[in-house]
Amino acid sequence: MEQVGFLSAMPINEIVFFINKVVVAGLIIGSVYALGAVGLTLVWGILRFANFAHGDLMTLGAFIAFVLTMVMPGLGAAVGLPTAFVVMPIAMAITALITIGLDKAFYQPLRKTNPKPITLVIASFGVMLMLQGLIRLIWGTAPRNMYVTPKEIYRIPFAGKDIIITEPQLLLIVVTVVAIVALHLFLTRSRTGKAMRAMSDNADLARISGISTDKVVRTTWIIAGSLAAAAGTLLAMDVSLKPDLSFNILIPIVAAMIVGGIGQPYGAISGGLLVGFTETVAVFNWSILLRPLKPHLPDWIELPASIAFVPTEYKIVVPFVILVAVLIWRPNGIFKGKVL
Amino acid sequence: MSILKMTDVHAGYGGANILNGVNMEIGAHEIGVIVGPNGAGKSTSLKALFGLLTVSEGSVVFDGKDVTNAKPENLVRGGLSFVPQEFNVFPAMTVRENLEMGAYVRKDDYRHLIEKMFEYFPPLRDKQKQPAGELSGGQRQMVAIGRALMMEPKLLLLDEPTAGLSPRYMGEIFERVIAINASGVGILMVEQNARQALAIAHKGFVLAGGRNSFTDTGQALLDNPEVAESFLGGGAKH
Amino acid sequence: MKSIDLRTITLLGGLAVIVALVFIWQGNAYGLRMLVEASCLAIVALGLNIQWGYAGLFNAGVMGFIAIAAFGTMLISYPLNPVFWQSEGPGLLGRMGLIIIIGGAITLLLSRSNRYGVPKKLRTVLTIIAAATTYLMAESALAPAAAIIEQNSGFVGGFGLPVWLGWLVGGLFAAVLAWFIGRITLGLRSDYLAIATLGIAEIVRAFLKNADWLTRGTLTVSPLPSPVPTATEIGFIAARSAYLCVTAAMIVVIFVLLQRGWASPWGRMMRAIRDNELAAEAVGKDVNRRRLEMFVLGNFIVGIGGAALVTFGGIFDPSGFSPINHTFLVLIMVVLGGSGNNLGAIFGALLVYIIWTMSEPAALFLFQHGANLIQQLFDIAPPADLPTRALQMRVFVIGLTIILVLRFAPKGLLPEKVTKYE
Ligand SMILES: Nc1ncnc2c1ncn2[C@@H]1O[C@H](COP(=O)(O)OP(=O)(O)O)[C@@H](O)[C@H]1O
Ligand SMILES: [Mg+2]
Repeated sequence: MEQVGFLSAMPINEIVFFINKVVVAGLIIGSVYALGAVGLTLVWGILRFANFAHGDLMTLGAFIAFVLTMVMPGLGAAVGLPTAFVVMPIAMAITALITIGLDKAFYQPLRKTNPKPITLVIASFGVMLMLQGLIRLIWGTAPRNMYVTPKEIYRIPFAGKDIIITEPQLLLIVVTVVAIVALHLFLTRSRTGKAMRAMSDNADLARISGISTDKVVRTTWIIAGSLAAAAGTLLAMDVSLKPDLSFNILIPIVAAMIVGGIGQPYGAISGGLLVGFTETVAVFNWSILLRPLKPHLPDWIELPASIAFVPTEYKIVVPFVILVAVLIWRPNGIFKGKVL
Repeated sequence: MSILKMTDVHAGYGGANILNGVNMEIGAHEIGVIVGPNGAGKSTSLKALFGLLTVSEGSVVFDGKDVTNAKPENLVRGGLSFVPQEFNVFPAMTVRENLEMGAYVRKDDYRHLIEKMFEYFPPLRDKQKQPAGELSGGQRQMVAIGRALMMEPKLLLLDEPTAGLSPRYMGEIFERVIAINASGVGILMVEQNARQALAIAHKGFVLAGGRNSFTDTGQALLDNPEVAESFLGGGAKH
Repeated sequence: MKSIDLRTITLLGGLAVIVALVFIWQGNAYGLRMLVEASCLAIVALGLNIQWGYAGLFNAGVMGFIAIAAFGTMLISYPLNPVFWQSEGPGLLGRMGLIIIIGGAITLLLSRSNRYGVPKKLRTVLTIIAAATTYLMAESALAPAAAIIEQNSGFVGGFGLPVWLGWLVGGLFAAVLAWFIGRITLGLRSDYLAIATLGIAEIVRAFLKNADWLTRGTLTVSPLPSPVPTATEIGFIAARSAYLCVTAAMIVVIFVLLQRGWASPWGRMMRAIRDNELAAEAVGKDVNRRRLEMFVLGNFIVGIGGAALVTFGGIFDPSGFSPINHTFLVLIMVVLGGSGNNLGAIFGALLVYIIWTMSEPAALFLFQHGANLIQQLFDIAPPADLPTRALQMRVFVIGLTIILVLRFAPKGLLPEKVTKYE
């Protein structure tokens, strides 16, 4: 009885609204950022440069999944999952191969000349532009839908209201969790995973120990490319597939990488979630949460219709501000010591 | 039969050559010691023979095979291990993982070797789960040597293993080096503590300006007044 | 540096021939327009060359600095908007300014309150609360002000001052922004500057696009006042020639000043820093300070060039700034021309811009014919948006060029002369 009384006194509408708009949304976008940032940070750890083409790898992966979906649209119905999700592993593999190809064609020859790190960064801008150009050349600029059938929407009842989560969002969360666990096991248990950590820790000593640089570099690109493809595909399934993800995703994932401490995969995951949640919190309209207080407030306090820290148009400011704040106060990331 | 033979090796870091004709030869199961002033090219010699620099002239023969400019990973497989002077552990990895990385190219079960390293270096046993970066200098050096021994090499290259260590650890490391050698591993070591090192050396090489100044047995070098004068800091022995 | 070698002469001669061909092919008015735009971009390239070529700093946000400079020019030189000044708009904006000043002062005081015995943790909390409150109050003061301004007077308007002053202020805006970015990132890894500049460029664009009360946003502001008589007054050719004289004179002045600076002890020191940071640091040079100088100076020049470019176009369109046209094209100009060589930067700017403008009809031509051929052979209809797609090919080519230059001609077509310095 008391329980019910307590619940009815709570502003359920507003709380559920908050959960939907902030908790769920933040978790979703945070997961995408986390998957992107992990790849970025691994590449940094091994090759010591920020690969600015990473955002476009995500887009490319999504487009590959899109093509596969169009080629075999019926596949999903057979398994009971969205087709785009069923073909995602293939898209991940193809993207991983392309990523290795990009390395062989563009980065590796430059690495041989022993360049300054910034030279590789500029090269990655070149690769970024090439990917952007190609993607728009092949698929145009119009947004596309990854779903052949309507999206499933799950409603989780919560105190009389529904917390809403769509099928792609649920898949995204599952994939993120699985990817993180798998990556953890890989890095701490497997021989190649340990070799990766060794190379990121002390590249010269890794070579001296007989660890093959080529193999580690290849593994790194495979992980980065396939996670990028997964993140891109799942994001495109959740929203829509657009070719202009690029900077809009690049800045948050770089922010996530730096927040988490550059080169540290676990840091990148936390960084991704942090950036995602901060974004949703910043654009959330807090006046909705304050509305139930209205009857209790004196008349002279007038609640503005909108109290958001950042208008939605300026969303890109949020990761940037986080980035700048971290660069000013904790340039090595917010976690003490090395996590890897 | 000699395990290692460097003949007239020339090498450098891309610019002018640093090594201008280095010759070294040591037998299997021997201890060779390289001494010489700072910048003489001692470290460079080890890097050149380990395939980390391009040898432009001369040859390196290891265990009967010509390994001039071979890849480090192949040398590791062939039984050569290298402990560099600096940055010789994986700081973020645990002691145990450091040792495992030493055995990276091994395909067999090497757990008994890790156990053996803990016997060689007892302080490491309790620290095996700790990141190597958190250890003291002496213990880090033990991890570094342990990592190199995981391949059960025929020849171990050590670059100033006692640099910056307290006298206590220094003694301990020397003791270990002798013990490792006694177990059948050849040693080629660069040392600043020239007297102490030459005293345990079968062969000694005095480098200066990127080439050999003197080459002899360890004892002969110690007894050579010229060497003592120029490289061992005065004639008096202690 | 004094003697001009054969390679330089050949390349410059070749460029002159290309320019002449464009004039013959497309006519004088078109050729002049292209040259004016190229000359403005050459100024931008000179600015970027200071950063990348001389200081080794990679600025990935040229677009943002051009955009903010263009905004500065617009604000200074666009005629006054009497409706705005007579409305309550200025008062509302003034209120917001007051909130920012007072709130900022309180925040600043609180951030130092630990000196007066406030515990550090409490200080941090108080500072954050004060900053957030100030921000939210300013934001909520701006919202109605912006709404009223947009409703009554469209936008704030300009100050109606001379165009040259506008360019100068535009350059200053870019320089001030550069100072903030540089202060934060120049002591850190080189990639951080790249991401920070990239980010700030996107933010500047987002701001200018959405702050309708200040910039008219997507409605754009035109016509921007020109420093020389306009085409309607004296005809296209005369107007563009006059403009070209102005920009060419600016290039000459900037070029001479830079060459002198480069030959001076200051220039020698900068090269020493770029080529061997550790050694320079070891002899006690304040590397980061010097770099900040270079970064700010470079962006000042970038801003002036960008302001001139937008003024020439006659329209301030916040959505018109794009990373391709305003960041990467300039980057290519500098690396292809020869980073660290001012003549190379100017040469690169002209060459790349000509190729860029000519590649538009070329790409359309190629794709249209390719599509026709495919339609005839396989009966596949081309997509409706073929022209927009065809232009994306140019983005691909820019990216490829960047990589090819890095790999095969890292010093550019007109490499920096290696001058001995002690
Ligand atoms: N990585 C490097 N790049 C260029 N020159 C080097 C490098 N390492 C050492 N040198 C130079 O090679 C010479 C020999 O160095 P080294 O072999 O380390 O001397 P040491 O005998 O003290 O070990 C020195 O003049 C040193 O400056
Ligand atoms: Mg040395």
